[in-house]
Amino acid sequence: MNTAALVVMLTTLMLVTGLMLYFFWRVISAPPKPEPDSFLNNDEEDGRRNRKPQ
Amino acid sequence: MSANKESWGSRVGLILAMAGNAVGLGNFLRFPVQAVQNGGGAFIIPYLICFLVMGIPLLWIEWSMGRFGGKYGHHSTPFIVDTMGKSRLWKYIGVFGIWTNIAVASYYCYLESWTLSYVFHSVVGTFSDLDQEGVSNFFNTYVSLGKSTFGIPYEPIVFFVGCLLLNTWILSKGLASGVERVAKIGMPLLIFFGIFLAFKGVTIEAGENGASFDSAVGLNFLWTPNFEELWSPTVWLAAAGQIFFTLSVGMGTVQCYASYVRSRDDIALNAMSAGWMNEFVEVVLGGAILIPISIGYLGVDRVTELVQSGGLGLGFRTLPYLFYQWGDFLGALAGFMWFGLLFFAGITSSLAMGTPWIGFLQDEFGWRRKSAAWSFGVIVLVLGMPTVLFFKYGVFDEYDYWAGTVSLVVFALCESILFAWVFGMGNGWREITSGADINVPGFYRFIIKFITPLLLIWVFLGSLFTPLNNDWGKAFAGNWVLDNGSIIKKIMNSGLKEQLAAATDPAQIEMLQDTMFFVNASRILLLGVWLTLALLVYIAYKKRVREGRI
Repeated sequence: MNTAALVVMLTTLMLVTGLMLYFFWRVISAPPKPEPDSFLNNDEEDGRRNRKPQ
Repeated sequence: MSANKESWGSRVGLILAMAGNAVGLGNFLRFPVQAVQNGGGAFIIPYLICFLVMGIPLLWIEWSMGRFGGKYGHHSTPFIVDTMGKSRLWKYIGVFGIWTNIAVASYYCYLESWTLSYVFHSVVGTFSDLDQEGVSNFFNTYVSLGKSTFGIPYEPIVFFVGCLLLNTWILSKGLASGVERVAKIGMPLLIFFGIFLAFKGVTIEAGENGASFDSAVGLNFLWTPNFEELWSPTVWLAAAGQIFFTLSVGMGTVQCYASYVRSRDDIALNAMSAGWMNEFVEVVLGGAILIPISIGYLGVDRVTELVQSGGLGLGFRTLPYLFYQWGDFLGALAGFMWFGLLFFAGITSSLAMGTPWIGFLQDEFGWRRKSAAWSFGVIVLVLGMPTVLFFKYGVFDEYDYWAGTVSLVVFALCESILFAWVFGMGNGWREITSGADINVPGFYRFIIKFITPLLLIWVFLGSLFTPLNNDWGKAFAGNWVLDNGSIIKKIMNSGLKEQLAAATDPAQIEMLQDTMFFVNASRILLLGVWLTLALLVYIAYKKRVREGRI
């Protein structure tokens, strides 16, 4: 590949992949909000069932 | 009262469903073609800038509109926008958020059914004995409802109905058990198939398996920046248009999905995560499959010629043949993965298109999820059949143009003005940042208020008054002749009329006259659907007044 194409391609791919992974990581590492939240699957998790809204 | 008590199962499920809504066939078929037609590597600069100043703001606007409407029990755009603006007319602007989805689903499910059919044909080896012309003819025969390898009469109709039944059944299962479950299976599989094909796409070597060129030739073609193109308004319009289509903004689906998010939960980070996931699929995976593989075998000149008719031709007429250059097993596997990937991209989007109508019926008329889902299936079947039966007369393209292109820009423009100027930027900013798990940069307040609406106005006007051959230089110099692709000339059927005037062959004249008839009939049908939906919104409004809900 020529240098200009390689530079544009690698910069773009790394930027897009990096930001995608970063934001997805932020989502999965964010602490859950107190119940009732928007999601059904965590309702039965320990310590979340009886929590009241703040 | 609304019968709608649904919720998302998990946050990751919501993000995958939102990303699935955005990721569509265009990520793999439209983006690479737009890139090579608009300056190669230089296209990515306006593309990413448009993502930052138009895509992300629109995502935030739509997510927060949806969550705001959800607080009042609204799950479709007519009454979501109604809660944000005082004028009673806003709810009729919101009709676009249902109409667009029904109309787009009508032809999109047909397109999706092609991918399903091609998955089966790849597995049973239909393409293994065909040369390139044979694969191309197979597609022509298929869309003209001719006989196919499976020997099923009217095979495209069978696949279309099957695909629609599948969509309807999943929708009837509900948000968490249906839509979200499909997204959780479909999106990881799509990314896995995409990585496999992208790896194959970037490792082609000249002389191996019949390839004429290294992958580097295709990648150079796609990524070498032509910086002169950066000054062309056409390139910027193409980049803005691509951002629009790829994010599925201006449709009403994002608002509908977000309306099931509670007011204290985050939307700012969710929107960023889903948005960048879509960009990853489009730029990283979508850019490494279609163009590098096609050029590896066919060369730059042939592919330049082929992309003039769009990515659909390359994807369905050319790739199935090229895959078989890798051998029978890998050819079948790659075909299965390519069309499987397109199928998952399609179904996660078409499911999103069903939810606004379902939400509307549940909220306003107390329908159960199941009945509402099946009503969607019936409507799409009735509206979709003309695209199947009269494909060659341009009905499919007509639906795509008005519902899948023009309507998106019109609705997005209206909602950005509503959000920033009617609802007010103070309220809007509070909605975006409320419960946010990230710090939303303050300058986005300015961008959402001024830049995004101005860009949308520019995109709309650019489409309305597109100059001849996209020659903006000549147009600004005073010689502004409209192109046949402009909205104004489209309404007037100028392109068809010119073809008709130039035609001398009686068979061609008859074909063009029939096309004109079906094009006009499609528009009347689509207009009729819009008016019917507006009437339903009016009835729902009157019902609310009677019940004291307004």
